[in-house]
Amino acid sequence: MKAKFILAVAAAAALGMATASGASAQGAPKPIKIGVMNDMSSVYSYLGGMGSVAAAKMAVKDFGGKVLGRPIEVIFADHQNKPDVGAGIARQWFDEQGVDAIVDLPTSSVAIAVQQVAKERGKVTLISNGGSSELTGKFCSPTGVHWTYDTYAMAHGTGSAVVKQGGNTWFFLTADYAFGHALQDDTAAVVKAAGGTVVGSVNVPLNNADFSSFLLQAQQSKAKVIGLANAGGDTVNSIKQAAEFGIVAGGQRLAGLLVFIMDVDALGLKTAQGLLLTEAYYWDQNDATRAWAKRFQAVYGKIPTSGQAGVYGAVSHYLKAMAAAGTDDGIKVVAKMRELPINDFMTKNGKLREDGRVLRDMYLFEVKKPEESKYPFDYYKQLAVIPAAQAYRPLSESECPLIKKN
Amino acid sequence: MPEWMHIAVPSAPALFAQLLIGLINGSFYALLSLGLAVIFGLLNIINFAHGALYMLGAFCAYLLLNYFGIGYWPSLLLAPLAVGAFGILLERCFIRWVYRLDHLYGLLLTFGLALIVQGVFRQFYGASGKPYSIPEALSGGQNLGFMFLPNYRVWVIVASAAVCFGTWFLIERTRLGANLRAATENPALVQAFGINVPRMVTLTYGFGVALAALAGVMAAPIYQVSPLMGTNLIIVVFAVVVIGGMGSILGAIVGGFALGIIEGLTKVFYPEASATAIFVIMAIVLLVKPAGLFGRRA
Repeated sequence: MKAKFILAVAAAAALGMATASGASAQGAPKPIKIGVMNDMSSVYSYLGGMGSVAAAKMAVKDFGGKVLGRPIEVIFADHQNKPDVGAGIARQWFDEQGVDAIVDLPTSSVAIAVQQVAKERGKVTLISNGGSSELTGKFCSPTGVHWTYDTYAMAHGTGSAVVKQGGNTWFFLTADYAFGHALQDDTAAVVKAAGGTVVGSVNVPLNNADFSSFLLQAQQSKAKVIGLANAGGDTVNSIKQAAEFGIVAGGQRLAGLLVFIMDVDALGLKTAQGLLLTEAYYWDQNDATRAWAKRFQAVYGKIPTSGQAGVYGAVSHYLKAMAAAGTDDGIKVVAKMRELPINDFMTKNGKLREDGRVLRDMYLFEVKKPEESKYPFDYYKQLAVIPAAQAYRPLSESECPLIKKN
Repeated sequence: MPEWMHIAVPSAPALFAQLLIGLINGSFYALLSLGLAVIFGLLNIINFAHGALYMLGAFCAYLLLNYFGIGYWPSLLLAPLAVGAFGILLERCFIRWVYRLDHLYGLLLTFGLALIVQGVFRQFYGASGKPYSIPEALSGGQNLGFMFLPNYRVWVIVASAAVCFGTWFLIERTRLGANLRAATENPALVQAFGINVPRMVTLTYGFGVALAALAGVMAAPIYQVSPLMGTNLIIVVFAVVVIGGMGSILGAIVGGFALGIIEGLTKVFYPEASATAIFVIMAIVLLVKPAGLFGRRA
């Protein structure tokens, strides 16, 4: 009995080893690995989630599935909006699994942590959904790419548009973490530069359901504009409850500083109509955006968000640059990404700057009234283009240590 | 004073307004912890599925409106019935097997069920949520001078107080309630009197679930109807039940309203801590009186 057992174990071990050595004996080239890391299960999961993975895979497929003679693999993980979890996954990916680039990274606190981990190892981060402008400011990285939007662009897009319309006193409802504070600071700067004043602010814990108490404080401040320096479910809840408390009816204006198409969908056009927002991509802008959205919908089943569209664009440009640079070395590939102009369905003549910021045009939209919407997701009308030169923090004001100041 | 210690002191009317808001939130806490207390007090099950069932109530209201054109008022009755029936199904299939075991099994089982339910809904509806409007009859509000009080929020306080009082009366002051309480203490003896104990237990679980679903329907017009809406709330509700006393109906009701008010005050004076205030109190109560403020068991 014992002999049989030992024989069985030995046979299993031999089989196992044969299979393992069989794989490596072929000497297959090491794949290029792209890791999509985002919130898969919680408050920001609809901005990216598995949709970003689908977008990354689309980009790889459109590129041909191979680069530098090596196959390209896309893996993914949920960072749960926690910087320690994100940094832990990043370390494991870079050090043990040979991942070359991490993509998406919503939740700025996680994005900052992961970009730091990548910077230490000369690996690439392509941030699409994360927003804090500090990613290309004091936390900038030579291998970091901030692709889609940032808090400065939001502040200057939505913020200045609202101030121009007469909203010169502001009260902020701020999500109490890196992103919320960055958004508040950037918008406050815009308001003050335009001659307005910030009357007050209140810090709200992330993922808060009930804003009644905070909205009441905003109401009592008598500010003309209530700036919502939050995102995702928090923004939707604040807008919904503001309607309930008669804030807009009472004469105050709501400025959603970070609003995406899925938030408008969650609110419904009746509540969201008239809201001003800034986005990098809207599926219905032109034929190119529509065509890509249709292809994405065929693969994933939902309308793409600007973050997901950004993931496609960032991965495509990264692979193009890697092929042109002839190496997988992070610093050289990103340098090549800076040399090549960015032209895709959502970007015309975009450029990657020395601090990692992609300079692209942003668009100011207004949410349509229910009667103006003719088909599903027909939500926005474009009011203005904010040219790249105006949308992002100029290098002269940058805190990035990579920028040589004259 | 360092930046993080800035404490805003509001005027008296503003403070009163915030207390009122706290009372409204407290009504949700009371309604939800009542369901939990009923289930634990009478069935000895730590029902971690409560948050998911609350979410099911809200989604039921959303689905009734969008697929059957059934509005808010009928949903107040239909959604708890539907979700209560689902709860009974869960009890018959899964939960009855863990009654005799350690509490931990009930907790793990219901937690697992909650994850499954939430996962399924997130798969179909995403995390961003769905819109549900306040019914016409309750929209608008009263301008009290120091604040604008939405009519719907007044309805929430009134309805919750009524349901809480009704449930407390049913369990503590009626014969049915007495039978129920006896059945949990000594099921064999009560069964000997001819009372169908398993059926009573099942219906009690269904009732607790229906209370959660009712809270969900009432929450749908003001909070986002999202598959994740129960996850943050359930932890707070558990803290409320622990503070009030795990088996005590009165403790859950009083605890719910009181803690809503305390949380409301924290939001005024030190908003960054508002998410943690209740847990700090829970920790203190557990150290000083582990059975909870109204608790009867050790």
